[in-house]
Amino acid sequence: MQPMPKTLKILNGVTAVLLLVALCLVFLYAPREAIMGDVQRVFYFHVSAGWVGGLAFLVTAVAGVIYLIRRQSRWDLLAVASVEIGIVFTFINIASGSIWARPAWNTWWTWDPRLVTATIMELLYVAYLMLRQGIDDPDRRARFGSVYGLAAFLSVPITFLSIRFFRTIHPVVIGSNDPSAQGAFDMTPRMLQAFLFSLLTFTFVYVTLVWHRVRLGRLAEQVEQRKMEMLTA
Amino acid sequence: MMLQEVTPDTFGYMLFGYGVILGTMALFVLSLVNRFRNLRKDLELLEEIKHSGAKTENS
Repeated sequence: MQPMPKTLKILNGVTAVLLLVALCLVFLYAPREAIMGDVQRVFYFHVSAGWVGGLAFLVTAVAGVIYLIRRQSRWDLLAVASVEIGIVFTFINIASGSIWARPAWNTWWTWDPRLVTATIMELLYVAYLMLRQGIDDPDRRARFGSVYGLAAFLSVPITFLSIRFFRTIHPVVIGSNDPSAQGAFDMTPRMLQAFLFSLLTFTFVYVTLVWHRVRLGRLAEQVEQRKMEMLTA
Repeated sequence: MMLQEVTPDTFGYMLFGYGVILGTMALFVLSLVNRFRNLRKDLELLEEIKHSGAKTENS
């Protein structure tokens, strides 16, 4: 296993600092929202986690296409790494949304189009990981993952657009709200700055985590290779 | 007298929300560290077996 590259070490530090600054902006710089109170602060990391989920699944789809063209295992490694991170951050997005919804909508969960589509998206990618486990041949597994990752990506724009296409109580951050949306608010300049900084921070968190997860995948490949060498020797 | 809307106290929900967000991220990082550690151990063990096998063949 190669030692951690210097760039990754720097990235670790930068990401940690950015996360700390983002937390300071969220808790100390952004004002308290008058209607919802402190729980509105969940919004900054809730949306950023959703952004990372979508970005991660996009990277999986793109890496899948490149794998199908070039047949290099590193693209499959990137696709799996990205799915895993996408699942974690989509879970954060759904869970934090549910906690926000309790005081805002007076319920932990409702069968709203955004919540349903986000959950289906999450389950589709959990299935991606589970189905991959059942395929032994690495090349077949990678081909399956690439095609599945591309098909499952359809769920990402559907989730994003669900609050624009369907009648929903979920607020729209970018664009106009449905009149039935509950919990919408106007962002002040300080709120917008904290929000944009959170988005940037989570993008850094994604890049850092995906790099580490790809390295983990390479190490796992190395172990498998050694095992095969010993079995065939 | 005009009616004034009072900002509700939702501090507990905010704490819960950030607890879940940061806790899940921390758990994921810990799982990465744990998996790295286990794979390194596996690799070391495989190297050891390989070397001890080579020594037995030579003797």
